[in-house]
Amino acid sequence: MSIRRYALAALASAVFAGSAVAKDFTLLNVSYDPTRELYQDYNAEFINYWKKSHPGDTVKINQSHGGSGKQGRSVIDGSPADVVTLALAGDIDEIAKLGKTIPADWQTKLPDASTPYTSTIVFLVRKGNPKGIHDWADLIKDGVSVITPNPKTSGGARWNFLAAYGYGLKSNGGDEAKAKEYIGKLFKHVPVLDTGARGSTITFVNNGQGDVLLAWENEAFLALKENGGADKFDIVVPSLSILAEPPVAVVEKNAEKHGTAEIATEYLKHLYSKEGQEIAAKNFYRPRDTEVAAKYEKQFPKLNLLTIDKDFGGWKSAQPKFFDDGGVFDQIYIPQ
Amino acid sequence: MSRRISPVIPGFGLTLGYTLVYLSLIVLIPLAVMFIHASQLSAVQFWNIVTAPRVLAALKLSFGTAFCAAIINGIIGTLLAWVLVRYTFPGRKIIDAMIDLPFALPTAVAGIALTALYAPNGFIGQFAADLGIKIAYTPFGITLALTFVTLPFVVRTVQPVLADIPREVEEAAACLGAKPLQVFRYILAPALLPAWLTGFALAFARGVGEYGSVIFIAGNMPMKTEILPLLIMVKLDQYDYTGATAIGVMMLLVSFVLLLLINLLQRRIETPN
Amino acid sequence: MSDSSLIAASSANAARRGSAVSRRILIGLGWLVFAFFLLLPLVVVIGQGLSNGLGGFFAAILEPDALSALKLTVFAVLISVPLNVVFGVAAAWCVSKYSFRGKAILVTLIDLPFSVSPVIAGLIYVLMFGARGVFGPWLQDHDIQIVFALPGIVLATIFVTVPFVARELIPLMQEQGTQEEEAARLLGANGWQMFWHVTVPNIKWGLIYGVVLCTARAMGEFGAVSVVSGHIRGVTNTLPLHVEILYNEYNHVAAFAVASLLLILALFILLLKQWSEARISRLRKNAAEE
Repeated sequence: MSIRRYALAALASAVFAGSAVAKDFTLLNVSYDPTRELYQDYNAEFINYWKKSHPGDTVKINQSHGGSGKQGRSVIDGSPADVVTLALAGDIDEIAKLGKTIPADWQTKLPDASTPYTSTIVFLVRKGNPKGIHDWADLIKDGVSVITPNPKTSGGARWNFLAAYGYGLKSNGGDEAKAKEYIGKLFKHVPVLDTGARGSTITFVNNGQGDVLLAWENEAFLALKENGGADKFDIVVPSLSILAEPPVAVVEKNAEKHGTAEIATEYLKHLYSKEGQEIAAKNFYRPRDTEVAAKYEKQFPKLNLLTIDKDFGGWKSAQPKFFDDGGVFDQIYIPQ
Repeated sequence: MSRRISPVIPGFGLTLGYTLVYLSLIVLIPLAVMFIHASQLSAVQFWNIVTAPRVLAALKLSFGTAFCAAIINGIIGTLLAWVLVRYTFPGRKIIDAMIDLPFALPTAVAGIALTALYAPNGFIGQFAADLGIKIAYTPFGITLALTFVTLPFVVRTVQPVLADIPREVEEAAACLGAKPLQVFRYILAPALLPAWLTGFALAFARGVGEYGSVIFIAGNMPMKTEILPLLIMVKLDQYDYTGATAIGVMMLLVSFVLLLLINLLQRRIETPN
Repeated sequence: MSDSSLIAASSANAARRGSAVSRRILIGLGWLVFAFFLLLPLVVVIGQGLSNGLGGFFAAILEPDALSALKLTVFAVLISVPLNVVFGVAAAWCVSKYSFRGKAILVTLIDLPFSVSPVIAGLIYVLMFGARGVFGPWLQDHDIQIVFALPGIVLATIFVTVPFVARELIPLMQEQGTQEEEAARLLGANGWQMFWHVTVPNIKWGLIYGVVLCTARAMGEFGAVSVVSGHIRGVTNTLPLHVEILYNEYNHVAAFAVASLLLILALFILLLKQWSEARISRLRKNAAEE
């Protein structure tokens, strides 16, 4: 009975009103730790944009933030997310594999491998750089204490780890044993491993721990911006880092069920527009759009960037090699 | 001492039935699901997971710090209970009312506040740092957080029993020439022991599982300051559900055995011969 | 008995004088322990919460996300506490009024949620009701959301507070024994009359105290709720989770302000309990004098 009534209603609306039926949309964007400020700005922009073409609709966008792995797991376990915007492709792959709510080829659905903005890993040091930290080699000098989150639980920390490991490889002519030695020494200088990127920033900024914080570039800029941070900290750009690619995807099964497939897709597509890219740049994410990138060129220092696909064979091989149980990270702490 | 089933008091079937159904729905069936989930592992796999070096280190840390915190609470909790029951002094009612606040304060807030106090640049931490003592990000800091979170247990179990011991008994003993320590040893300690053990066991068990307050102050270094519940979280965030449930099952078994032992011990003390 | 108590009273003064010094020391120590272990952390929380003045404090508390978190927390408390009260009374009744085999195990099972890590408490409900859980597919077919929604939060809250009321009542009822109830029955009261007129007045204090503790703990639960909440702002965030969010947004003052709100609520409940206790004892004394 309800199906028939629904069909009649749909027919009626198609006949009488065309496309101008007002709808109520509630979207849930499940994201990782440091994107809160970005998506607060972007949601306001997107709602304006959507209302231009759908004046009668009401749109509400809910946000959820946490460590990337934790957020991926909650979507697998049934969090009603319409879109996910996570720290690394590996976490969305897991949703596709275990949750089956996202198609396996999700990365082909949007431009640039579904990554509308990028970032990199930089150093945040105390004002005036009292310990003279300029590059990765300086991190393992005596008396330097380094803050980074736990790569097991934090997406950002995995990018940190790979950037450091990449430096270890490059500076030793590709010798894996030497790279492992470097990373082992580096983690001897880490006194606290927080579970998420934001936790580490708070440990460094508020609790005054450590001489240098390995951080997302956007997170480091934000730390300068908040609470007079520019008087307390400096950003140091190392000679080499990694192109951090936080991707986005529509959780198709959920969106279909909620009737939000169209608006959810548009929500992600609009990230690639000029307006979306501007907002990303203003929140210190590196835009993909060349024009917007040119406009904000001065903001983002140029540096040599490794990539996960070229230098580490993608997440499918990097994850088990470095971060799964018994991987390179575990070997640092457990005597072999 | 064994009480006969009283035929005149009704409601045995009703209350026992309700208790069992409620416990099953809320506690037992969900916990059983975890056991079933972990049973996907073979015994060897299970053993390998729970005896991995990192898990063993976390096990020692969690049970060790929880034990220390429970001991500390055993001492200061008894002291507080004693002072609250036996003396009237300004502020007694306020202390009495506030003892339970650690239950109400979200554990994460407790963790944040304690870290603010005991971090090397914190209010107390800086003095300790001057003396060369590190509190936050060490097992010491974890013990401190657990002591705070489990503070009410011993106080609240000892307090009513102490209130029931007539003051005259101690006074009589004192008049008969017993020294204060003897009074404590022969009169108070045996009477208080069952309640004290209960409080100790509850504090200990709660301390082993505590998560929110500890992760902020622990430092979370593998092999050094990584607690068991965090290890479960880490496994989950790696999408390793079976590994997480295996550690969960182990924790649960150990806690259950400890609690059962203490309940039995308590009954033995309560019913001599 | 009265003889011995007379003797004791006559020579008690000497003992009292001797213990005056130790009494002072102990009270001093008690205050010290209280100040150091309890007061100091609480002062930090409230001090930080008020560091931008009362204006900033109220701004943080009256913000829409904070209010919706408050609503959710109150809602979870209002469901979980009554359920646990009924359970606590029933469990204490069967444990304390009868003896049966397996009682030690039953008591241990009642205590069990104390010793289950909050992380596990959340996890088990995800394993039951999550999308890949035991009931996951069925729930999805029927469009019922349990975890990452209100029911999951309520379930997790119930779980962590199951033992509180029972724990308070069991020792109390054991001590009181069964004579009064038996007398009531022999005088012709039926089961419910006996319960309402004899048992309830006897256990009132313990019951009130259990409810207070249960409420306080239900308001403050963090770990278990955090696992099942999904952290959707303004939708599935309880007050403790809202505190964490604010803290992570560099909004420390607001975070501690909301934490202070929780503290003040708890303190209010605890004082209410003290006040009612004092009132009850005064009533009793008056009744006894008459």
